[in-house]
Amino acid sequence: MAVTRHSVAVAPVRSSGPVKIWFTRHVSTALGSLGRIVRQPFASLMIILVIAVTLALPAALSLAVKNFAAISGSWDDALDFSVFLRDDLSISEAQGLARLIGQRADVEAVRLISADDALREFKQQSGFGDALDHLAENPLPHTLIVRPSGANTGQSMNLLREELQNLPETDLVQLDTDWVQRFQAILDIARQIILIGSMLLGLAIIIIIGNTIRLDIQNRRDEIEVTKLIGASNAFVRRPFLWGGFWYGLFGALLALGLVQYGLYLLRPTVARLAGLYQSGLSMLTLDAAESLGIIGIGILLGLVGSWSAAARHMRAIEPR
Amino acid sequence: MIRLETVTKRYPGGQDALSGLTLSVAKGEMVFVTGHSGAGKSTLLRLIALIERPTSGQVIVDGQNTRRVRRRKIPKYRRQLGMVFQDHKLLYDRPVADNVALPLIIAGVGHREAHRRVRAALDQVGLLHKEKRTPETLSAGEQQRVGIARAIVTRPKVLIADEPTGNLDPDLSLEVMRIFRRFNEVGVTLLIASHDIALIDKLGCRRIALENGRLQDEFEDELVMDFGGQPPGGTEHGQWP
Repeated sequence: MAVTRHSVAVAPVRSSGPVKIWFTRHVSTALGSLGRIVRQPFASLMIILVIAVTLALPAALSLAVKNFAAISGSWDDALDFSVFLRDDLSISEAQGLARLIGQRADVEAVRLISADDALREFKQQSGFGDALDHLAENPLPHTLIVRPSGANTGQSMNLLREELQNLPETDLVQLDTDWVQRFQAILDIARQIILIGSMLLGLAIIIIIGNTIRLDIQNRRDEIEVTKLIGASNAFVRRPFLWGGFWYGLFGALLALGLVQYGLYLLRPTVARLAGLYQSGLSMLTLDAAESLGIIGIGILLGLVGSWSAAARHMRAIEPR
Repeated sequence: MIRLETVTKRYPGGQDALSGLTLSVAKGEMVFVTGHSGAGKSTLLRLIALIERPTSGQVIVDGQNTRRVRRRKIPKYRRQLGMVFQDHKLLYDRPVADNVALPLIIAGVGHREAHRRVRAALDQVGLLHKEKRTPETLSAGEQQRVGIARAIVTRPKVLIADEPTGNLDPDLSLEVMRIFRRFNEVGVTLLIASHDIALIDKLGCRRIALENGRLQDEFEDELVMDFGGQPPGGTEHGQWP
């Protein structure tokens, strides 16, 4: 136990590469904070669950809006123009017009429903069959069902509609987009509500994590005091708490993703049934990689902001006495 | 190494913990501060550690006027001091080795180097075989030695100790003082607050007696001034056994 000059003599504190030390110190602090969370599994799980639910709620709602928007978008694409021709047009004139319109680049297909066909179909479907037999003449015009090509933009759709309307043979062009537009306006409102709600929930997460870290700081008050007493800076004592916030945010976000995926899994049979009714390949949009990373990033950011706000406020107050 | 010039510390409420105190501790000296509780021993050490700032006067440690050390720079200032406390101030949730390593981690010493120095420091206080124990499984004397190992692991030039033997029986106290003495022999400047006069007399170090925040003995005060920062080796006050 002999004390030699070598072992006690004043020597500058040697550091082996500041970046490497900075890195290893962060890794060990991060692991230490993780260990603390793991050692209190129940309390930690509660906090993580609260964060997860708070994150999952807006994520799920946004996903729902995204799906509705996609569906209404597909309606938009599938909209056909109904071009009702003038009464006095003969069937051959109508056929000629159909061929002519069909050659347009912005039109995918044209289908002619002759006045006779339309009446027959109407008789079958309306149930007024016998009553309609008494009509002196067919009141229905020939109709062209014009399907615009997929490359159309909203502007070229309007142009197409205008040109169809201006044809001398045309009586009326109908495109019932009003309700689609209303639906999309409702979706816009829903998006805004979700955005505002998300901000409030984000604030809630900051407060939850901030409060958790504040309690953690109070529990470790003695430790902070001693560490400061032997020369630790505020940044040094703050670091484990910031990592704590980081972990809470990360795990909360991961669990939120799990909750959303589980919700989608539960919805799958219902959506499949709906798709079956429509006889379409309707499939649900899920969270893509960018959105998932976004949620994780938001979780971590909120965790850091929450822990920073708590640490900055309470760390300064703890000074050695 | 440590110099106080007409230092007054007045606490809210009006009484002076220290009033116009002037003293100096030379480089390589081992000095005891004695006095009744309330005489100002702890305040003196707290001013040196920058836990508090003087109401007036100057505290100069290793050429640095503490008045010029800004709040943000206090951690860096403290890192050059070794501090030992009566209640050890250990962290009870981690093993002895981690407690001793703490100042090195704060200073940013690499893992391997830190490990080596921790073992060296524990070896110097005779606790190398207990590095993996937690502090509460150790006796009071052993805990205090862990506290000392932590104070010297960064190889400070100055070590201050506030009643380091306050909770220890005479044998353990002597053991702790012997450890301090060994550090002093390799050039560490020590300032130790203690009321254990019998023990101090056994060590034969210089003694600064405080009473009501002043030097008890004006004569001793003048002697300190005469030394003018030189080691008082060979004088009757600075004699080492």
